[in-house]
Amino acid sequence: MYPNIQLNSDGKLKHFLSIEGFDKTLLTDILDTAASFVNPVDGQIKKVPLLRGKTIVNLFFENSTRTRTTFELAAKRLSADVLNMNITTSSTSKGESLLDTIRNLEAMFVDMFVVRHAISGAAHFIAQQTAPHISVINAGDGQHAHPTQAMLDMFTIRQHKPDFSKLRVAIIGDILHSRVARSEIQALNILGVQEVRVIAPKTLLPAKVEALGVTVSHNLTEGLQDIDVIMMLRLQKERMTSALLPGESEYFKCFGLTEEKLKIAKPDAIVMHPGPINRGVEIDSKVADGKQSVILQQVSNGIAVRMAIMAMAMQHNGAIV
Amino acid sequence: MTQIHIQHGRIIDPANHIDGVGDIYIIDGKIAALSNSPEGFKADIVIDASDKIVCAGFIDLSSRLRDMGHSRKGTFKSETRAAASAGVTTLCLQPDTRPVMDATSIVEYTKDLAERTDYPQIYPIAALTQKLEGIELSSMLALKQAGCIAVSNANAPVKNLLILRRAMEYAASHDLLFICHPNDFSLSNKGCAHEGAIASRYGLPSIPEAAETIALAECLELAELTGCRVHFGQLSCKGSVIKIHQAKKYGLNVSADVAIHQLHLTEHDIIPFDSAYHVLPPLRTKEDKDYLRQGLASGAINSICSDHQPHDLDAKLGAFPETESGISSLETLLPLMLKLVSQHAISLEQGIAALTQQPADILRLPTGALTVGFSADVCIFDPELEWQINTDTWKSRGVNTPFWGQTMKGRVTQTLQAGKIIFSLEAR
Repeated sequence: MYPNIQLNSDGKLKHFLSIEGFDKTLLTDILDTAASFVNPVDGQIKKVPLLRGKTIVNLFFENSTRTRTTFELAAKRLSADVLNMNITTSSTSKGESLLDTIRNLEAMFVDMFVVRHAISGAAHFIAQQTAPHISVINAGDGQHAHPTQAMLDMFTIRQHKPDFSKLRVAIIGDILHSRVARSEIQALNILGVQEVRVIAPKTLLPAKVEALGVTVSHNLTEGLQDIDVIMMLRLQKERMTSALLPGESEYFKCFGLTEEKLKIAKPDAIVMHPGPINRGVEIDSKVADGKQSVILQQVSNGIAVRMAIMAMAMQHNGAIV
Repeated sequence: MTQIHIQHGRIIDPANHIDGVGDIYIIDGKIAALSNSPEGFKADIVIDASDKIVCAGFIDLSSRLRDMGHSRKGTFKSETRAAASAGVTTLCLQPDTRPVMDATSIVEYTKDLAERTDYPQIYPIAALTQKLEGIELSSMLALKQAGCIAVSNANAPVKNLLILRRAMEYAASHDLLFICHPNDFSLSNKGCAHEGAIASRYGLPSIPEAAETIALAECLELAELTGCRVHFGQLSCKGSVIKIHQAKKYGLNVSADVAIHQLHLTEHDIIPFDSAYHVLPPLRTKEDKDYLRQGLASGAINSICSDHQPHDLDAKLGAFPETESGISSLETLLPLMLKLVSQHAISLEQGIAALTQQPADILRLPTGALTVGFSADVCIFDPELEWQINTDTWKSRGVNTPFWGQTMKGRVTQTLQAGKIIFSLEAR
């Protein structure tokens, strides 16, 4: 069991590092809070004064455009002050340790770190080491977790299919290297879906993958049967050079989502992708841009969901949600 | 000529099949007699060992004392004090020192440092290949003559099987023991955790059992081909225990040890990202742990080592994969061995043999037993004494133990090295 440093002594959210260790009530709370930020008439997101006077640092040790931008927009809609730091081009290249970077920023009176890092466990380490008033949000650590992405995916699913208990969800592609998949699998299981099915060749599945709470298929045609939600994963080019796959065209042939393959799933199935998309590698453009695709909604939903998580994590620090 | 009388202790000496209350008489650094006082014996020092166990001093097959380039992590002084307080009287030093143990000058420097630290029984293990690069052979004979007790490439890879074959043939020519830490580097692929459910859940780069068992199988084949005496250090998994068992049955001249932590901890202990449990080879499943225990009980595994690796605080501060591996483990060796006994995994006699007689046999050293005429390396311990691991009790400079703060049962009260008292609990 995850020793839950994510909650404070009153059981309130303090850090958001991994989906593991949260219950259905808390995840549902996040989704409901996110929904409250969306104007029901025009779908626009309100600006609220919840985090006025608070300073949030986007601490990105790994490149990202979409995630960092939506975190920044979310913080601004909460009226917080935002500082963006791309550490890949900053102090660590001067030999400063991760801990020194954190200590220096702490000394600048910040209230929250939003952290992305290439090493699994980095966000957890930072949360353990920071001053007690600071909250840490994991914006992706190595191959471990990307919990805000998982929550915005849950939010998007709920918009289309409100009852999780009826759903069969397929996650397709590079599960082995995917922090998104790990967090999605945990969230879907906590929210009580009928089945999470991973579809990939063995080279892209971690050892004892069933222990994560999934069923396994190595065949897309078989795997898509009865599926309500299709979650595609991005395939990194370096997977070919490290002998995990023979080539892009063979991968697309076996695991690429085409209009034809999509027909195997339930007729009202939705298609998701955390982005950025490799068109023609894991997904056909016609599907990515087709009527079953909710990929751009995922991006929009990222703002409201990240607002909810940041606001809730700051409750221990005086924010009233 | 100091004469020491150890009285009324329960003497356990597996090598001589002794288990009973009795006395030990030490004259001039050697065991002079057991039970009956030698003629003209007049004790300068009397040690009352009532309710305590008296056995040979422990022999550790794998230690790192740091120093030289790593004195932040440990020095000969700090780590030999830790060893003495743990009942360890003989230490084998891994060759991945800085600089590497591949030149006689470094061996001589090490021996000299050991003398100056008043802990002379440190045996360096020579590098198998120059700079441990796995390409060219080291001057093994010269290193042996300078005082090295075996050869090993530590945790560094040997470039290919041809080089390993030649290194083993050359070692065999000089009757040198080769200590192998089986690990196929392409399969372990810079991993930091056991390839299984836990590493998969936490997205940690992982090491399959096959990285160890394949390398072990290769080395067993080469042991047969070359006739080299091979000792396998720090095995971690079921498959290795089975392979060693089969090889011994087949008649190969091989032996094996296990690090004490592998007999108590599993992959689950690293949850969620606790770098105190970051060790190599990684902590594996409960089934592996159970097999290692059974292997020790059945004799497939000969001995237990500490695999002592002290670190400074910074080495363990970071995200799990970026932290350094290893546990500071000399001082928990005895209590954790006794825990195996209380959990009925092994008998007390087996546990003591695994720390004394067995490693002495592997190294072919005339120690590890309370035989008359042997150097008086003696450990006296109270198996019931409880103590807490904290800054008052801990001696190693490395505080990197996952057992920090815990209460241990069993503590050394006196340690004698060649008849000299190098540790006494009361004297603290």
